[in-house]
Amino acid sequence: MPRTIAPWETQRKLLVRTEDRTSPKYGHKPEERPAEKYIRYGVINLDKTAGPSSHEVAAWVKRIVKLEAVGHGGTLEA
Amino acid sequence: MTGVLPVMLGDATKVVQALLLSGKEYVCVMKLHGQASEEQVQKVLKEFEDVIYQRPPLRASVKRQLRTRRIYYLDFLEMEGRNVLFKVGCEGGTYIRKLCFDIGEVLGCGAHMQELRRTRAGPFVEKEAVTLHDVAYWFMQWEEQKDESILKKFIQPMEQALALVPKVWVRDSAVDALCHGASLAAPGVVSLESDISKDSMVAVLSLKGEAVALARALASSDEILTKFHGMVANMERVLIPRGTYPKCWKSGEKKNE
Repeated sequence: MPRTIAPWETQRKLLVRTEDRTSPKYGHKPEERPAEKYIRYGVINLDKTAGPSSHEVAAWVKRIVKLEAVGHGGTLEA
Repeated sequence: MTGVLPVMLGDATKVVQALLLSGKEYVCVMKLHGQASEEQVQKVLKEFEDVIYQRPPLRASVKRQLRTRRIYYLDFLEMEGRNVLFKVGCEGGTYIRKLCFDIGEVLGCGAHMQELRRTRAGPFVEKEAVTLHDVAYWFMQWEEQKDESILKKFIQPMEQALALVPKVWVRDSAVDALCHGASLAAPGVVSLESDISKDSMVAVLSLKGEAVALARALASSDEILTKFHGMVANMERVLIPRGTYPKCWKSGEKKNE
């Protein structure tokens, strides 16, 4: 029996419904956000070491980057 | 336990829901409690490449009901004595510790998880992960030099977390209404990805690629593509601040006007 495809193995096609353009007056391309916004809407792909909990590590990152809120995607506990 | 831990900064915390659905990959050392041949071990590992049943352990902060989880792949890597090294790709929320225990049961000799390292969390992979030291160092460099390209060395835009979520791109004129909780109507859709099924989660993006919201599809890709009117998605989590795009809608319009 063929195994299930993992989400990162899924290939999707682009389906175009209509043509339209975006105004340069509003918003930013994610890569072009000004620094303060880039950080505030950012994610860090962190290689967690053994020892501290995921929550602790996330709290340290928050302290380094000086932000009020920080979250993490899935606990990595011993 | 070590490995890939995506840390969402500030307002990016809101994308966590998307990450939980995107799957994980681990490399694991399983210690057998008795003798088993490599052939037996490989055979049993393959049997688990399927939907499995798990009840969360006592220590988990989640309701302890029996639930199914998908194992996408379970690859035997090597074996030495009673130590088995394998790689596993699985749905989020799969307990590898319990998986090792169950493999041990099927083998007959029993087994436990000795060591675990996460090599992938959704679109985030081990090869691109940075250490806490890197973060501290580069943040300091950024504060000294104010060169924005330094930030890109260790911070990704939150849209990266949505890389594996099927996408729907909307017009500028639709964005602000969506921010206020309006459903996405077909005319607002510019393009979308294939293979979206009804009720699945989608990422709504602006034409600049900004994450507007996480939403629930009300129709499949093909239906959304061909519909002239009607609602195609309900917003579940707005990600862009209100007012980023101009208000192109009126509140309280009556039908008899």
